[in-house]
Amino acid sequence: MTEKTFSLHGAGDMDTQTLEINIGPQHPSTHGVFRMNVVLDGETIVSLKPVMGYLHRNHEQIAENMSYTGSMPYTDRLDYFNSMSNNFGYAMAVEKLANIEVPERAHYIRIIMAELTRLVNHVSVIGFLLNDLGAFFTPVLYAFREREKILDIFEEVAGARMMCNYLRFGGVKYDLSPEVLARIAGILKKFPKFLEEFETLLTKNEILCMRCQNVGVLPAELAVSASVTGPMLRASGVNYDIRKADNYSLYERFKFRVPLGQKGDVYDRYYVRILEMRESLKILEQAVKEIPAGDIMSKKMVPFLKSPRNFKPPVGEAYARVEAPKGELGYYVVSDGTAQPWRYHVRAPSFINLTILEDLCIGQKVADAIIILGSVDIVLGELDR
Amino acid sequence: MLSTADLKTKIEAAIPGTTLKLVRESLLLENPNDLLKVARFLKESDLGLDYLSSVTGADYLTYLESVYHFYSMAQKSGPVVLRVRTDRQNPQIPSLTALYRGAEFQEREAYDMYGIVYEGHPDLRRVFMWEGFEGWPMRKDYQQEDSETLEMADVAWLENQGVKVPEPIKAKAEELEKQGKRALAQKPGQPEPQ
Amino acid sequence: MIFGTGILQGLMVTLKNFVTSYFKAPDEGGIFTVEYPEKRLPEKERFRNFPFLLYDKNPENLRCVACDICAKECPPKCIYIVREFDKDGKPLKRPAVFDIDFTVCMNCGICEEACPFDAIYMDHEFEIASADRHAKLLYHRDDLLKSNEYFHKIRPTDASAIDARRREAEEKKKAAEAAALAAQKAKEAAAAQAKPPEPPKPAAGA
Repeated sequence: MTEKTFSLHGAGDMDTQTLEINIGPQHPSTHGVFRMNVVLDGETIVSLKPVMGYLHRNHEQIAENMSYTGSMPYTDRLDYFNSMSNNFGYAMAVEKLANIEVPERAHYIRIIMAELTRLVNHVSVIGFLLNDLGAFFTPVLYAFREREKILDIFEEVAGARMMCNYLRFGGVKYDLSPEVLARIAGILKKFPKFLEEFETLLTKNEILCMRCQNVGVLPAELAVSASVTGPMLRASGVNYDIRKADNYSLYERFKFRVPLGQKGDVYDRYYVRILEMRESLKILEQAVKEIPAGDIMSKKMVPFLKSPRNFKPPVGEAYARVEAPKGELGYYVVSDGTAQPWRYHVRAPSFINLTILEDLCIGQKVADAIIILGSVDIVLGELDR
Repeated sequence: MLSTADLKTKIEAAIPGTTLKLVRESLLLENPNDLLKVARFLKESDLGLDYLSSVTGADYLTYLESVYHFYSMAQKSGPVVLRVRTDRQNPQIPSLTALYRGAEFQEREAYDMYGIVYEGHPDLRRVFMWEGFEGWPMRKDYQQEDSETLEMADVAWLENQGVKVPEPIKAKAEELEKQGKRALAQKPGQPEPQ
Repeated sequence: MIFGTGILQGLMVTLKNFVTSYFKAPDEGGIFTVEYPEKRLPEKERFRNFPFLLYDKNPENLRCVACDICAKECPPKCIYIVREFDKDGKPLKRPAVFDIDFTVCMNCGICEEACPFDAIYMDHEFEIASADRHAKLLYHRDDLLKSNEYFHKIRPTDASAIDARRREAEEKKKAAEAAALAAQKAKEAAAAQAKPPEPPKPAAGA
C-alpha cells in the first residue's frame, strides 16, 4: 500500500485535507468500549491512536484492599471469556509466593479447564473476526453452538458459565466427577468434526483470503521487541509458547506442537488459532485419559478455604505467567506478610498486544483497521482492568 | 541461565560504574541513569534478553519503584528482574521504549497510576484515567472520593440541573463544607484518613 | 482450483446446517436454542446465583448467628449485618438486620465457602429483575430466608451431605454432653462414697 493523497481525475493538484474521526467508543467493531482516534487521508489511515480506560475500575487497587482469595472472583472479570485461565495465573502467582504444592489431580483439572477455555476463546474470536469482515453472524452462531457445550461443562463443574471462580490456591474448588469427564470426552470426539466444517466454511473462502492475506503484516522482530505474545506472536513465526518455554504446571507431560505462521498477516493469525485448537484437543485427550485419582486441594491450604482472611503469605514477591488464549497473562504479587497483597499487578496481553496497532494499521484502509483489531483479539475487561 | 548473583557480577564487570544490589531474587539498580546501559547490555549481550515481559510501578511509601521482568524468546530463558528506585517528590526514570517497544504502553500505565515520569518516552500521557485527572490513584496515600456522599459542589450542580436534593443529604454536604473537609472514602480495613 | 469453489463449499456447509437444524438432535447439529420463558433447561446443581439464608423447620429457627464472617469476607462488601439484642441489652445469636444488596453482589460464592454455620448458600433463583433497583434489589432478612427443604430441592447432594455432617456433629456434641454429665455424676457419686473425708495426714516432720 502506498501513502498517496487522494486525487480526482484531472484534478491532481487539488488541495486535500486529512480527516480525523473517532471509531468507537460505542461501536460494534471495537469489541467493547474502546476508541480509535484515526486520521485519514481519503480512506487510507495516516495515524491511529488507541484511547482506552472507559472500563477502567482499578482492578489492582481493589485487589490491594482485599484478601488474597477475595480477588479470585475479580480475576474472572478481567478477560471474561477465559475466566479459568485468569484464575490459573493468579493461583500460580500466589502459590509461588507462599510456596504451595499442588496435587497432581488438581494440576490435571486445571490444564483441562485451561485448554477448554482456549477452545472457547479461539472459536469465538474467529467468529467475531468474521463478523468484522462482514460475514454477519453465521460463523459466530456456529462457534457459539460449540462454545455452549463447553460452558455447560463449566457450569456443571464450577457453578457458573463465565465467572467461574473455580481455582483456589493449592488446588481447585470442586472435583471432576466421572460423568463430567465422560462428557468432556464426548465433546472432544465431536469437536474435530466441527472444526473441519468450520474450516470448509472459512479457510478456503476466496473473500476471506482476499480480505485477510497481506493485511496488517507484523514482522517477527517488531513483534518480539513490542512484547507481543500469544497466537499473534506465533502467527509472525516466532516459536514462543509459555507452555513450552516455562513448562509450568504439568505441561511437560503432554505431547503437543506449537503452530507457527509465516507472514504474520491477519490470515495467519486466523489460521494459527485454528491449528492451536487442534493442539488443545490433543492435550485434552491425553489429560482426560491420564487424569490420576487423588486430592484436589493441598492439605496445607484446606483450612484457608473456610477463612480466607487468615491466609498470610510470607514477605516476598512472585511473578507467574500463563499462556492465556490471548497471550502471556502475568501476575506480579508482592506480599508484606499481611492478609492483603502490598502490590498486585496484572500484565494483560490484550493491553500490550495493542502497542503495535498503529504500526499495523498505517497505510491500510479503514475497513482493514477493523479486521486488524479483530485479529489482535482484545477484551476490554482485561485491557482496561 | 545464570544465578542472580552471577548475573550481578557479570553486569558490573561489563558496564563499569554501575552498582547493583540483590533484593530477593532480583537486581536493584542503584543509579536510575544507568538503566538504559544495563538494559542494552541485557538485550545485546549473549544473555539475549530480547523480550521485556512486564513493566510496572510500585509504591513503598518512602520511594517509588519501577520493576522490569526480562525474558529471552530466543533462548527461552528468564526471568531477570530489574528494579529501579526513585524518590516520591520528583520521580524520574529513563524510558526503555526506544529499546523495547513493548514498554510504551506499560510505562504509560505506570505513569498514569504512580506518576513516575519516564524520560524519553515518546508519548507519555495518561492511559486509563481521563485527561485532567489529578493525583496518582495507585499510590498508597491516594485519597479516594466517596461516591456515596455529596459535596456542596455536587449539590449546586444537581440543583442547577433542576434536581431536588433531599434535605439530609444537603445538610451533610453543608456540614462537610463548614468543616472544610472533602467527602473521602474510607478504605476497607484502614482508619479514617487524617 | 477454480475461483469461487471455496465460497461454494462454504455455502454447502450453511445449507447443510440449515437442513439439519430441522431434523437432527441439538447435539448433532439441530436447533440448540431453547424458547426461554416457555421452555427451560434443567438447572445444574452447582449453579449459583444470589445467596439466601437457611432455616430449619420454621423461620424463627434460622442458622445464622450474626458472626459477621461472611460480611467481612465478601469481596464487594454487599452484606450488612446487625446483631439482635434482647430487652436487657444482651446480644443474641441471631441477626436483627441481614441485608444483601443484589445490585452489588457478584455471585462469587465466597460467603457460602466461609460460613462456619452452614447458614448461607447460593440460590438458583435468577428471575429477580425489577424496575426499581434501589427498593426491590436490596434484600432484607425476611426476603432471604428459605427452608432446608427448599435447599434439598435445589441441591440434593450438597444438602444431604451437609445434613449428615450436622447430624453427626450434633450427635457427637450430645454424646460429649452425656459423657460430661456421666462423668459429673460419677464424680459426685465418688465424692459421696468417699465421705467422710480422710483426715488430713499429719504434715511430715510435725
